[in-house]
Amino acid sequence: MTKEQIKDTILEIIAQIIPDEDLSNLKGDIPIREQVELDSMDFLDIIMELRKRYGVEVPEDDYIHLATLDSSVAYLEPRLRKF
Amino acid sequence: MAAKKPNEARIVITGVGLAAPNGNNLTEFRRNLLAGKSGIQKFNVRYMGEVLAGICHFDPLKYQKKKELRRGTRAGSIAIYCAQEAIADAKLDLAGLDKSKIGVYLGITEHGTVETENEIYEIKQFDYDVKYWSHHHNPRVVANNPAGEVTLNMGITGPHYTLGAACAGGNIGLIHGLQMLLLNEVDLALSGGVSECTGSFGIFAGFRSEGALASHPDPEKASRPFDKDRNGVVVSEGGCVFVLERLSDALKRGAKIYSEIVGYGINSDATDFIFPDRERQVQCMKLALNKAGISPEDIDIINTHGTGTIEGDPVECQAITEVFGEHPHAYMNNTKSFIGHAMGAAGALELAGNLPSFEDYLVHPTINLDHLDPKCHLNNLVINEPKRIDKVDYILNNSFGMLGINSVVIVKRFEE
Repeated sequence: MTKEQIKDTILEIIAQIIPDEDLSNLKGDIPIREQVELDSMDFLDIIMELRKRYGVEVPEDDYIHLATLDSSVAYLEPRLRKF
Repeated sequence: MAAKKPNEARIVITGVGLAAPNGNNLTEFRRNLLAGKSGIQKFNVRYMGEVLAGICHFDPLKYQKKKELRRGTRAGSIAIYCAQEAIADAKLDLAGLDKSKIGVYLGITEHGTVETENEIYEIKQFDYDVKYWSHHHNPRVVANNPAGEVTLNMGITGPHYTLGAACAGGNIGLIHGLQMLLLNEVDLALSGGVSECTGSFGIFAGFRSEGALASHPDPEKASRPFDKDRNGVVVSEGGCVFVLERLSDALKRGAKIYSEIVGYGINSDATDFIFPDRERQVQCMKLALNKAGISPEDIDIINTHGTGTIEGDPVECQAITEVFGEHPHAYMNNTKSFIGHAMGAAGALELAGNLPSFEDYLVHPTINLDHLDPKCHLNNLVINEPKRIDKVDYILNNSFGMLGINSVVIVKRFEE
């Protein structure tokens, strides 16, 4: 997957998890949770979805890397490159 | 007759919200009960294929966000819909109420089965690796879930919990709400019952293994209590929540009063896991009559519990005959013949379906009764067509469940 595809995938996963939110203006460099209503259970849904879809394990210490859309793409790029 | 109670000690129904397989509100439900319209359909269940079931068709997004739906349970969703509809029907403005004085008391037959089955199905795709087990599992399966989702959705901060009482759950939710109002624990009770059981293959498979799952080429004819050709239960989902208030409060705000709950009884068979017990059913009906301070001849309508099982139906008919005699004054019907067995919701839904009789003087019938089983003979059973009667002052509602739990509720036409 390219960085652009990874970004689209993350957005698609988030859209599925918080279907009432408008994600069209989500800024890449601001923490996602500051822009939309996304609580800790929703965040765990993102982790679970990455695990189910791609077998990607995100250890708890790395959760910080998924704070913004840009940092998520950077963190996931080496892990999703092969897909 | 018992001495007249003060208005603070009289509990009335002032709102009804419901989701039935043949109606999303009381008006629609009643219309279909009088028109003989069933709500049973073909339904696909995991591992079982096509079965017959009662499925509700309300719009859950009327009161919930998509995220709430995704995170919660079907029972929670049904409960929220019914509770919100009940509040609206009672013409109460939730924003103006002291939400710490509202209690949510919902009867359930079971809860958590659906969610557990779903998770096991999900992890099967990952060779049962439990790291794929959802973090949503625990909040979904805790037994208070359906009532708790109501409080989350409506911002209610008073007590909430469910009452596990098998198929007597709906009546018992109602009775418990009444008791909490009498104890002054709350000022308003959202009471009734819910069931999401059609999401569980285990419920269907369990009834089939017991030889008690109804089948029929025509889904709408499958639920046929008291009929010679009945062959079991039609499993249904549904919900019904009543707004209960002390009469003094209801009068103060000029509420529409559907009826007063004047009697109830709850007891246990202590005989069998599944099979009912005539003697304890008799005792339970008598408990309710005694509590109401009335005689069997005062009752005008009896909503029977009859689920359509070979073994269960005759027991209730014998019990009713023992209490009300061979030539009873009361007319009898069966609501499950329309909607199947809505489990934890059954008692509350079936009572709701009969409440309009206080106004229209009609007794909705028992449908699908083509050949009455002589073992289920009941004089005054209203068969296939509604019956107009001259007097409707008292309605008695039977609701019995597995492990031998019996419940009876008596409601009375409201008079100051």
